[in-house]
Amino acid sequence: MLKEYRTIAEVSGPLLLVEQVDRVKFDELVEVELAGGELRRGRVLEASEGRALVQLFEGTTGLDVQEARVRFLGKVIELGVSTEMLGRVFDGFGRPIDGGPPVIPEVRLDVNGNPLNPTARAYPSEFIQTGISAIDCMNPLVRGQKLPIFSGAGLPHPQMAAQIARQAKVRGAQEAFAVVFAAMGITFEEADYFISDFRRTGAVERAVLFVNLADDPVIERLATPRMALTTAEYLAFEKGMHVLVILTDMTNYCEALREVSAARKEVPGRRGYPGYMYTDLALVYERAGRIRGKPGSITQMPILTMPEDDKTHPIPDLTGYITEGQVILSRELHNRGIYPPINVSQSLSRLKDKGIGPEKTREDHADVLNQLSAAYDRGKEARELAVVLGEAALTAVDREFLKFADAFEQRFVRQGETEDRSIETTLDIGWELMAALPRSELKRVSDKHLQKYLPGAQRAAGA
Amino acid sequence: MKGRVVKVAGPLVVAEDIPGARMYDVVRVGERGLIGEIIELRGRRASIQVYEETSGLGPGEVVISTGRPLSVELGPGLMSSIYDGIQRPLDVIAAMAGEYVTRGIELPGLDRERRWEFVPAVEPGQTVKAGDLLGTVEETPLVEHRVLVPPDVPEGTVEEVRAGAATVEQTVAVLKTPTGRREVAMLQRWPVRRPRPVGRKLPPVVPLTTGQRVIDTFFPIAKGGTACIPGPFGSGKTVVQHQLSKWADADIIVFIGCGERGNEMTDVLLEFPELKDPRSGRPLMERTVLVANTSNMPVAAREASIYTGITIAEYYRDMGYDVALMADSTSRWAEALREISGRLEEMPGEEGYPAYLGSRAAEFYERSGRVVCLGSSAREGSLSIVGAVSPPGGDLSEPVTQATLRIVKVFWGLDDRLAQRKHFPAINWLLSYSLYTSRLDPYYAEQAGPDFPENRTRAMAIMQEEAELEEIVRLVGVDALSPRQRLTLETAKSIREDFLYQSAFHEVDTYCSMAKQHRLLRLILAFHDQALRALEAGAPLEALLELPVREKIARARYTPEEELERLDALAAEVATQVGQARART
Ligand SMILES: Nc1ncnc2c1ncn2[C@@H]1O[C@H](COP(=O)(O)OP(=O)(O)OP(=O)(O)O)[C@@H](O)[C@H]1O
Ligand SMILES: [Mg+2]
Repeated sequence: MLKEYRTIAEVSGPLLLVEQVDRVKFDELVEVELAGGELRRGRVLEASEGRALVQLFEGTTGLDVQEARVRFLGKVIELGVSTEMLGRVFDGFGRPIDGGPPVIPEVRLDVNGNPLNPTARAYPSEFIQTGISAIDCMNPLVRGQKLPIFSGAGLPHPQMAAQIARQAKVRGAQEAFAVVFAAMGITFEEADYFISDFRRTGAVERAVLFVNLADDPVIERLATPRMALTTAEYLAFEKGMHVLVILTDMTNYCEALREVSAARKEVPGRRGYPGYMYTDLALVYERAGRIRGKPGSITQMPILTMPEDDKTHPIPDLTGYITEGQVILSRELHNRGIYPPINVSQSLSRLKDKGIGPEKTREDHADVLNQLSAAYDRGKEARELAVVLGEAALTAVDREFLKFADAFEQRFVRQGETEDRSIETTLDIGWELMAALPRSELKRVSDKHLQKYLPGAQRAAGA
Repeated sequence: MKGRVVKVAGPLVVAEDIPGARMYDVVRVGERGLIGEIIELRGRRASIQVYEETSGLGPGEVVISTGRPLSVELGPGLMSSIYDGIQRPLDVIAAMAGEYVTRGIELPGLDRERRWEFVPAVEPGQTVKAGDLLGTVEETPLVEHRVLVPPDVPEGTVEEVRAGAATVEQTVAVLKTPTGRREVAMLQRWPVRRPRPVGRKLPPVVPLTTGQRVIDTFFPIAKGGTACIPGPFGSGKTVVQHQLSKWADADIIVFIGCGERGNEMTDVLLEFPELKDPRSGRPLMERTVLVANTSNMPVAAREASIYTGITIAEYYRDMGYDVALMADSTSRWAEALREISGRLEEMPGEEGYPAYLGSRAAEFYERSGRVVCLGSSAREGSLSIVGAVSPPGGDLSEPVTQATLRIVKVFWGLDDRLAQRKHFPAINWLLSYSLYTSRLDPYYAEQAGPDFPENRTRAMAIMQEEAELEEIVRLVGVDALSPRQRLTLETAKSIREDFLYQSAFHEVDTYCSMAKQHRLLRLILAFHDQALRALEAGAPLEALLELPVREKIARARYTPEEELERLDALAAEVATQVGQARART
């Protein structure tokens, strides 16, 4: 029989100070029973002789200090996992909310996980085709990568994430794959968009959803990504599946972290976020990758909204320091009606070099990537110059590049929400756009590829 | 007699009544025997930073002091290893515990079974003192491991030496000293927080050649020097440090992944055994030691990891080697310091960092240097330190960058805008500096060419002028410039694109010798000078810019090291073509 305590001495924000406790462990799972019988979960943040500081996931609203009973459960937070979780919807703490039966766990796992030994990792190198040109060609995603989307309030990241979840595939492979989706503090509407989209396309069969909405307990959000990643690790490394994990919105996660830190009266770091936020985020993001000799993989796509579209804000900043690149959305493109509004110049996939080329995508991929990106940058520079000095001030060549930049945004970046382009289609569009530029300006592509892929090149050579 | 835990808050544990507790001693905490270090003593209470995850640990559990400070094991077997922050071999952990790093594993840093062929360098009866060579072992085909008289042994005579195969723990020499008989094995221990002693320090006068043009030509680091690379995320800190680890002309590389990505360590582990040392043709891994405390590993071990790394580096310096140490990223080390300090409830300084951040950083970088090693042979060794800094939001005014800049002599400032324009290495040439340049110039003048220092100065002046001219172009357009100024812009562009730009991933371009660097820059400047004279003689700028030789200059950096004479031929071609263009007017 577990000992019960009615010795809550202090409540502050989401924190409880419980006194006269015996042998409490750090990080231990705590259960608080309210007067009405309601159960709330928490974890020990600080364990001292006779005192424990407890963080409650469901908050302290309505908690009666005299009546509430506290039990320390003698274990860390665990999640019971099994393949039956596929197709199910859970709350942010891993309890079913879809009306279905409880999941009978195959195994119970510590949600904190353990650090993966770098010597056991396999380097990510398999190209994932998302069907989105601005990603596949310019910032290719590979299996086992962690590639976040830096978005802004009101930008269409839910549509993009859903499209990626629907379309993502490794070409030529018929392997088991799954999507684990974790919502943290997003609106009902946004969550509903995902869930309906998964249902409509049948993707829900191979998806596990953890949903903490905007009006759900704030601190629970700190548990949600851990629930999702524990499930993902199980599916990937025990069951051999290729798992895509979508975490949205990490900004809300970080706010919850800040709330706990403030309640603990810790010395705040930048903008009030705790100094250990880097480490905390790394514990989430580093749970991606591949393991040598194991078939599965975890690819992470965290989504965050940059406050004021500022990428130097601590949340995107620390994320960028941990992840392997970033896809940045642009409000300017969005306002011009371009979907997906991906800022190609600011986005970067750091693992791109390992994932492209002959066998993987196509031999000309690297050339096309470099040429398009150089030409687009030059076109944008010309556009800026034209704003200051007028278009007349541009040289003839610069005007060509300006036109190229417009065409690139309209035909290459822009595509439909259900348009699933193969990498060949994407690269071919790239060549078509390049064909409008003077041949002498195509310095980044090899002659061989130019001959083979540039529309009209064979004819010109033959003539 | 044992102490007991009274409080656990993340990586910080407070314990009471630990018998024999001393500052910086290693303790074992709780039933699992987690490894920790005493970092504060107050009466009966000791604050301990624990190097492993403390989840599940609680008050009342036991604490035992090992009576020894946090130390590393030194001896043959370090090379090609990958360690965690407290020198546990990660490959052995993986073999034992599987793909995840679990807790409570205690493992020696050096293999106890392996036997090394010890070749004595002394004979019985010989007088030796601390730092003297006792014998050697072939640690890897690249590294001869020099077994020295440990620093704490007084002068004495050799009583016995044992040639042949021995494990690191077996005695290879017996010394007779005033304080008694000393058996010396290859294995030594050294406390990580104490610098290893040297004979004396020397001024750094020899460059650490890195094969990276922007570094070697413009902002060189000396052997025994210190440099920092601050830059926002994705600007190229890790790539620069990997490049230096690959191509720097050091004998030994120690690479510390301090709170960074797991995949980056995997990358090194997979790549370095495949890459060949440009000088010896042997796999680079044979001269490399990796210390990996990735961002998801316990935070306190991150603090320790840089000390573990530098002690290993000092050990090889003592053998007379040129050692280069990379720390990626020192900001994570500072953050670990901050986190522990916060839990100790110390008075915070700027942005929550402890007030002693600056002095700790200085102590670390001061362990660099070119030295005369301990011992009677006046052997020279050097230890160079290159630290990455990850300033939040790329803001260089933050405390870690500032604390670092006060100590280091070279600043390679990475620039987000350059990285975005795919100009790599994204080292901003107007911001960066090296305080070694003038000291190293005599060396360059002798080794690369007498005009080398002057060429650098001229090239830099052109880059400065470019910045000013670009301002004018932005305001009033390029038409406002004179042909001479436009030529300067073109030359600056050529310096940027054909010299400063260097792809880490191109098989030839990734490494560039000093001889090649010198020729490339001279070539670009030669074109500039001759074109300028042609311009003054009335040749139109367009004609000069369209000369086919310019295309060849642009491709010159792909010239293989074995064919550098082609660059001299190219210089002749510049003269001919510009001459012809001039004659046409
Ligand atoms: N010299 C180079 N040549 C070619 N590409 C480079 C070079 N340096 C950097 N890059 C590109 O920039 C990307 C980011 O570089 P890197 O990983 O070194 O950044 P970082 O500054 O270490 O970032 P973080 O702080 O997030 O670790 C690389 O993946 C690569 O694509
Ligand atoms: Mg890095």
